[in-house]
Amino acid sequence: MHINEILFWFLTALALFSAMMVVFSKNPVHSVLWLIMVFMAITGHYIIMNAQFLAIVNMIVYAGAIMVLFLFVIMFMNLNAESEPQKSKWMKFAAVLSGGSLMLILIAALKDNDGFISSMRGEGSIGLIKNLGKVLFTEYVVPFEISSILFLSAMVGAVVLAKKESSTIVS
Amino acid sequence: MITMDLLAIDLAYGLEKLLLIGGIITVSLIVAMYTTYAERKVAAWMQDRRGPNRAGPFGLLQPVADGLKLFFKEEIIPLTSNKTLFVLGPALAMVTAMLTSAVIPWGSSINIFGRDVSLQIADVNIGILYVFGVVSMGVYGIMIGGWSSNNKFSLIAAVRGASQIISYELAMGLSLIALLMMTGSLSLKTIVQQQMEGGWNIIYQPLGFLIFLICVFAECNRTPFDLPEAENELNFGYHQEYSSMKLGLYLFSEYVNMFISSAVVSTLFFGGYDIPFVDEAALSLSLGANTVALLGFGALFAKILFFLFLFIWVRWTIPRFRYDQLMDLGWKKLIPLALANMLITALVILWLNK
Amino acid sequence: MASLTNRAKVLEQKPMSFMERLYLPAIFKGMAITFKHMFKKKATINYPEEKRPFSPVFRGLHVLNRDEEGRENCTACGLCAVACPAEAITMEGAERKTSEEHLYREEKYAAKYEINMLRCIFCGLCEEACPKDAIYMSETFAPSNFTRKGFIYSKEELLIPNPVTDKEKYDIAKGMREAQLKNK
Repeated sequence: MHINEILFWFLTALALFSAMMVVFSKNPVHSVLWLIMVFMAITGHYIIMNAQFLAIVNMIVYAGAIMVLFLFVIMFMNLNAESEPQKSKWMKFAAVLSGGSLMLILIAALKDNDGFISSMRGEGSIGLIKNLGKVLFTEYVVPFEISSILFLSAMVGAVVLAKKESSTIVS
Repeated sequence: MITMDLLAIDLAYGLEKLLLIGGIITVSLIVAMYTTYAERKVAAWMQDRRGPNRAGPFGLLQPVADGLKLFFKEEIIPLTSNKTLFVLGPALAMVTAMLTSAVIPWGSSINIFGRDVSLQIADVNIGILYVFGVVSMGVYGIMIGGWSSNNKFSLIAAVRGASQIISYELAMGLSLIALLMMTGSLSLKTIVQQQMEGGWNIIYQPLGFLIFLICVFAECNRTPFDLPEAENELNFGYHQEYSSMKLGLYLFSEYVNMFISSAVVSTLFFGGYDIPFVDEAALSLSLGANTVALLGFGALFAKILFFLFLFIWVRWTIPRFRYDQLMDLGWKKLIPLALANMLITALVILWLNK
Repeated sequence: MASLTNRAKVLEQKPMSFMERLYLPAIFKGMAITFKHMFKKKATINYPEEKRPFSPVFRGLHVLNRDEEGRENCTACGLCAVACPAEAITMEGAERKTSEEHLYREEKYAAKYEINMLRCIFCGLCEEACPKDAIYMSETFAPSNFTRKGFIYSKEELLIPNPVTDKEKYDIAKGMREAQLKNK
């Protein structure tokens, strides 16, 4: 076994275990922290695949920024195991159904992609920042720009929502 | 078979890196220790006092005495706290503080017994982004510690600290993009080498440096941005419930952070291990490459010490911002400024290349 | 409302100029000031090694005086206790025996003499009231103590060292004040 493979299996086990813990933790704050662990494990996977830029961006954006905001909200809501409302049976059934179908799609996607372990060896260089930048700004420039417009519109929407209406301000 | 392949990693290489990691951690801990001493001493001088001078000659053993005191203090974990997270908080704060040192080039390579030993733990080609990644992890040390204490003041301080760090990370990143446009590389080693040839980045990016420095102050939770520790509003801040060495780790990680950020600032804008006004290549012919490498390390260290002094100097000069002022400065002043800086740099680069 | 006096000054809040809003010049100015202070003369001293001189009229811890032959001056008349506004002084008189003439100057002496330093307000009225020059206020202050009892000073603690048997210490105890009186 190559050292990369050992690392791969270790990170996989870590990611799966953490993902389970996200679901099974009673305390929502613990769930968020386990989710951060999942992101860290995935970051490790990216590094093994020699996709360093993706790895770091995953860490900064997901583990660093988005999860902090999650934590923010959850800390303020003061959710406890006791105050958690019981979901109805139909709700549970729908959740299992949708989760199961998502899993089916994932398995189907992975089934065709055999030999993906060999790609874990880390010889590829598509994840390096130089190559990634070239691909993004030549082949995928239109989707890239469109997605940036999407973000811009989201930002404008947030500003509009947060802005106080001038009529409500009475001095 | 497993052992065979594992041994394929160069043993000497691994040993060399381990030694380097140990050395750098030791150095940063000792520097952080004496920064606490320097902080008290400089504060005293600026206030026309004498500062600690009882423990050892000139009070030099004061940090040791402080550390021992913290070790022997009673360890209190509040009953209503979340115990695992309560312990995890300070550990995380310390670990993330130390992690950044991995990508900083502490000097050029030294030749020992015919082996070229690079004075950088890992020369990854995304060096700066790695720094940002680790810094964004640093939020969790504060947040987890503040939340798990189960104390209102701690929680408010933790939320303040986290939102402050996230806000200033943006301006920090934007101010660096202008720099990266010039260097064309994210590797810190390449950036230093470019500065050795072309002159320090501070000459080309004064505005970027200013923004970056302000953001570094905010990221380290130092005055004038030390709102998570604002005593008059939050008692003691996010480490209110901590005692003994856990508190020590929190306080200490601030100083380690200061040391590492000083190193990052001097690497990015002040030429890293470049000795000013000296041609290293010519000097290494007369003095030998090893001596020059050590001198370079000394130069970097001098720059770091200057920035540490700056941190302390600013702390004892400027009062704390109000929270809305802090957010105002970050979002309405620094980010537009950084964007403008980026735009100007891009235009100048385009104009020069035409 | 009309102001009672016309001394009131209306505060004018002008909008800040661009340089002021830039904030940095003010920061640099402040930093220059703190940097200058690093090289100024320190306002503090290394206390136990160095001490600041007391003023000549300083009223510190009490001392019971002796004359040149080492006899106690105090005659236990009680005037100091009467003069004391804080009622800090208590004493018990006793008659001098013939064999004790080298110990006490007067025919009556204080067998017990206590001053409660927690009550004492260091006003110096005892010093003024004493007809025999027996009580003085020295230039030290009462050191800290762990118990309240420790602050009730007995006669042995208050007495100045004997100039005949312990000349050196007597000179030290006396010297500080005399040197200061000479300087005056």
